[in-house]
Amino acid sequence: MKTFTLHKGLVVGIDRPNIDTDMIIPKQFLKSIKRSGFGQNLFDELRYMDEGKPGVDCKSRILRDDFPLNYPRYTSASILLAQENFGCGSSREHAPWALEDYGFRVIIAPSFADIFFTNCLKNGLLPIVLSKKIVKYIFDQVEITEGYQLSVDLQKQVVITPSSDEFFFDIDEFSKRALLEGLDEIGLTLKESDLICAYEVEHMKNAPWIFGAIK
Amino acid sequence: MTGKTLYDKLWQSHLVSQREDGSALLYIDRHILHEVTSPQAFEGLRLAGRKPWRLDMNLATPDHNISTDSDERAAGVDAIPDETSRIQVKTLDDNCDYFGVREFKMNEMGQGIVHVMGPELGASLPGMTVVCGDSHTATHGAFGCLAHGIGTSEVEHVLATQCLVTKKMKNMLITVDGSLGSGVTPKDVVLAIIGKIGTAGGTGYALEFAGQVFSDMSIEGRMTVCNMAIEAGARVGMVAVDSKTVEYFKDRQFAPTGDTWTKAVSHWNLLQSDKDAIFDATVKLDGADIAPQVTWGTSPEMVLPVDGVIPDPNDEKDPQKRQAIIQALSYMGLKGGTLITDIPIDIVFIGSCTNSRIEDMRAAASIVKGRKIASTIKHALVVPGSQMVKAQAEAEGLDKIFMDSGMDWREPGCSMCLAMNADKLAPGEHCASTSNRNFEGRQGSGGRTHLLSPSMAAAAAIAGHIIDARFYTETAQ
Repeated sequence: MKTFTLHKGLVVGIDRPNIDTDMIIPKQFLKSIKRSGFGQNLFDELRYMDEGKPGVDCKSRILRDDFPLNYPRYTSASILLAQENFGCGSSREHAPWALEDYGFRVIIAPSFADIFFTNCLKNGLLPIVLSKKIVKYIFDQVEITEGYQLSVDLQKQVVITPSSDEFFFDIDEFSKRALLEGLDEIGLTLKESDLICAYEVEHMKNAPWIFGAIK
Repeated sequence: MTGKTLYDKLWQSHLVSQREDGSALLYIDRHILHEVTSPQAFEGLRLAGRKPWRLDMNLATPDHNISTDSDERAAGVDAIPDETSRIQVKTLDDNCDYFGVREFKMNEMGQGIVHVMGPELGASLPGMTVVCGDSHTATHGAFGCLAHGIGTSEVEHVLATQCLVTKKMKNMLITVDGSLGSGVTPKDVVLAIIGKIGTAGGTGYALEFAGQVFSDMSIEGRMTVCNMAIEAGARVGMVAVDSKTVEYFKDRQFAPTGDTWTKAVSHWNLLQSDKDAIFDATVKLDGADIAPQVTWGTSPEMVLPVDGVIPDPNDEKDPQKRQAIIQALSYMGLKGGTLITDIPIDIVFIGSCTNSRIEDMRAAASIVKGRKIASTIKHALVVPGSQMVKAQAEAEGLDKIFMDSGMDWREPGCSMCLAMNADKLAPGEHCASTSNRNFEGRQGSGGRTHLLSPSMAAAAAIAGHIIDARFYTETAQ
């Protein structure tokens, strides 16, 4: 997995609650059997005038002028600022794949949907929960300050503003280490193979019907 | 010591390792795979030179992407017209063949929407941990499973290790006591719950549904409710085991038999929360207060009883909520102050992992029997959830009832719930849909979804607009 330690980048805000994963990456792009190439269709319906189709080069498509990602001042943004319940709905990991492929490394919101939050962490994309008040403050700063950038220090678990204010954020120890070190989670779990085997022996005694039925 | 919730018990009995960093390794009893969220996981296994930890815990079937048109289905996988769809379905077939995963192929008896076929085959059973790369996996919680959706990286992890790295959730008890009025269905119950707690109300929680309404409800009805836990923000929704649960699984294809069945039943009968269990949050509703529900907006929480009036944004004081109403009304092409029953319907979709089981088919058929769909309805699709549901419905003659009314009887799959195949709305079309999400563009770019129960969808097909289904059950044909 891609590591995450420090990141400094331009911030773009989408000021709308309940952005669902259908909105982040519409279903027609889920037919791909690859993990890459979803960035050009990120927020496809909000971003383009026409209906997106898989396999079509998006460079010639007409952009909607009312969507923040399309404003020239935000073209190189790598930190996405969002509202409550970001990433709700479908479990599709194509959503973080699309955000990461587009160039985002950090998403800041007052709350996230559970499955989306986990999926981000598996892809080197850092979801940060900050209070509604702080998120509103950042939205205001992004609005009034062209080129507004934030720094994120995962080791210290802080978001740092241009005026050197620091906002602490929470992250569980396992995910933090996985991101900092770019851990292979499967490899790590397989180191506990003995525990899994021992559990299986007991489980088979207690609930034998679970085993061997499907073949 | 205080008692444990059902979720606590299932967590504890599947805990392989509690790590010092707070994460835990949870053993997974059933892993269901489909064509959309598995190819990258199988690819990951190949690239790392890994193989599945064990095969008898995995079950696969194509559902999201496949055609529901009978001619197209009969032509087989190689004839799927859309190239990307064809590649995805073939990739699932190839991966399952290569790794030895049991798959119910596209036209095989047993195939169906993952959350319909799993329980009906007895592949998922009470007390199991069940995961699938699909957010509606909580469906299996209806019979006392700890079941939830996972992402593709986790699909790969479960394939390789039979475990999931996860953290314990909090417990929420949702009690619906009393009894439901006549014509009020499980779908109405879950929409009313979402209307009450909101689409993020259950975030971070495992929900347990309890109370008289759930005791009275069939297992299929409980599946409808648990299915939509995710629409309340919760990954997990569950109902405790009772005699109905045990009865449901008797003689299912993969269910145990003989002495093992007896042993399993005595194990399953313990799958309830203790009386003194403490929940982190509790919510109460009265069954008698729940009317047939209909969504008017672009989030499942934008829901009202069928006799309701669409909100006027000018009446909303909270600016963010007002903005959300304005945005939803604009997308839906509706005006505040309009009666729910004045919403015109173009398309009717009866299907999806929420409402495509045999009881749903029967409920819809009972409304349309001897009636014709309105001339203004462009298309009314009935999509059974599985090959077995389809066969059962046809044995009961339900297919003929639907076709005689002017409805289209289709092949099993996810279909217009997420419109990954050709079943989709055109921009601006209003759809009375028994599915689970009314998000913008969900059923087709620009399409407008109204979530409701199978009987309400059938009634809308007859009337050509939203109507209380009880109008038809209480009037002679």
